[in-house]
Amino acid sequence: MKLIQLSVFLENRPGRLARSCRVLADAGIDIVAANVVDTREFGILRLIVADAEAATKALAGAGYAVNRAEVVAVEVADRPGSMAVILEALDAAGVNVEYAYAFTERRGARAALVFRFAQPEAAIAALQRAGIPVIGPVEAFRAG
Amino acid sequence: MSMQWNDVDGGMDPVSSADFMPRQQLKSLQMQRMRAVVRHAYEHVSVFRGRMDAAGVKPDDIRSLDDVRRLPFTHKTDLRDHYPFGLFAVPMPEIVRLHASSGTTGKPIVVAYTAEDIRVWSEVMARSFAACGLSRRDVVQNAYGYGLFTGGLGAHYGAEAIGATVIPISGGNTERQLTVLKDFGVTAICCTPSYFLHLWESAQAQGLKRGELKLKVGVFGAEPWTEDMRARIQREAGIRAHDIYGLSEIIGPGVACECHCQCGPHIFEDHFYPEIIDPKSGEPLPDGAEGELVLTTLSKRAMPMIRYRTHDITSLSDDTCNCGRSLRRIRRIARRSDDMLIIRGVNLYPSQIETALLRVRGTAPHYQIEIGRENDLDTLAVRVEIDPAALGDQLADLEDLRDEVSRSIEGVTGLRAQIHLAEPNSIERSQGKAKRVIDRRRLS
Repeated sequence: MKLIQLSVFLENRPGRLARSCRVLADAGIDIVAANVVDTREFGILRLIVADAEAATKALAGAGYAVNRAEVVAVEVADRPGSMAVILEALDAAGVNVEYAYAFTERRGARAALVFRFAQPEAAIAALQRAGIPVIGPVEAFRAG
Repeated sequence: MSMQWNDVDGGMDPVSSADFMPRQQLKSLQMQRMRAVVRHAYEHVSVFRGRMDAAGVKPDDIRSLDDVRRLPFTHKTDLRDHYPFGLFAVPMPEIVRLHASSGTTGKPIVVAYTAEDIRVWSEVMARSFAACGLSRRDVVQNAYGYGLFTGGLGAHYGAEAIGATVIPISGGNTERQLTVLKDFGVTAICCTPSYFLHLWESAQAQGLKRGELKLKVGVFGAEPWTEDMRARIQREAGIRAHDIYGLSEIIGPGVACECHCQCGPHIFEDHFYPEIIDPKSGEPLPDGAEGELVLTTLSKRAMPMIRYRTHDITSLSDDTCNCGRSLRRIRRIARRSDDMLIIRGVNLYPSQIETALLRVRGTAPHYQIEIGRENDLDTLAVRVEIDPAALGDQLADLEDLRDEVSRSIEGVTGLRAQIHLAEPNSIERSQGKAKRVIDRRRLS
């Protein structure tokens, strides 16, 4: 039920983000979700891709520092209040969200959110109890 | 070469026999050679003659090794001022080889060898490799640059002299280096420590494992490096890393090399006479005291050097090494008297930054020091590459890492530096000596 998120270290200089995306593009890697956090000097590009193995290889081969983390993706209906419902369910279970961002693609009225939890197992259990669909592999969301 | 090189298992081999000469015998050999080289230099090099005359000292005045201190020093500027051939002591037909330095500042310096000089150079390099435990059974990847730089050919001749299988791959082309390292069953590698680290990181990025390699020894030199750097190389690559010392002005690599005890390079004192002096006053210092290394070539014919100021800061050992060699050791050279930076009135050596970085997990010891001046105040910034293995997914971790680096540098140097975390491989790798310092104060 967990997805692999890649974290790529980037110096905060013009062109660095573009170059890393070019490396992925040249390797034929499809980006499912992306999120950049940065300070004045450096940042981390967080990525969910269809093929984490191939993406890691391409990025590391191009000299990037890449790391992996486990995240949880949740399917949400694209209407007001969906996010609130999810966060309330997590809150009720006492699970903290470290950060969250959205999939770049959606399927009809369905969208997807990526969450990073300190305790992903507890989070998944809480979400399932609340009847919120947790996405297994990326393909399942796309096919559904 | 008529000697039987290093073909014995265990015990003292003929290559290294001179390393174990009793001190008294060594001193009398040094004295005999010192007298000859001073006379040779005086008679054939006008610069030496002029300087000795001005100092009121004649070759006959050198009656004991204590008299050596009466001889004038030779400086690197002498080689530049008398470029290209002004310090040669034999006519060109006797010279069989010229090498030259890269000349990072101004004109290059040129050094010369007679056939006998090349033999001596091969001998000291052979003794260096023997001290590292290498023999004819080793396969040596020589990744020092071949060409005008003395590293490549110096190591090549020495490795051949012990009968090892030499791969003259020269510097650069990391991909090919790794292929050869793996496919040719390489057991020993020669290069700069920073280049080896780069090779090793590239090997890991390619998924190459220690078990796939036969590499067991590295003979590293041509740039100052620290004990922490050695520890890291040995731990990560699982090899024994030996420090070899030399400089083109004296002969090239092979002036001194570490034995298996790895407690500082043994100077081949039968060919190079070492002194430690106070770099300011020029006064000789006793064994054990730290100062500038001064070297006199005892057997060089083409281009003898009398009391050459190396600018390398070290000390001479005052105890005997467990290996039994009678040759004194120099303490690892991690700094030079001329690479000292003064920042806001505080002395800083680049090697201190290396030491500080190696104490922090999460950075690679690839760094660049940038010094500038803002509002009449010196600024110190250190760019350091992050270690991919230490990357997390949170900015806070990186900020913690940056602060930890900053604290470590302040702890070692007493200076606060602005830390810039850099992407892996973003700091330029040199094939030879790493460029560690950019001092913009000199440029403005």
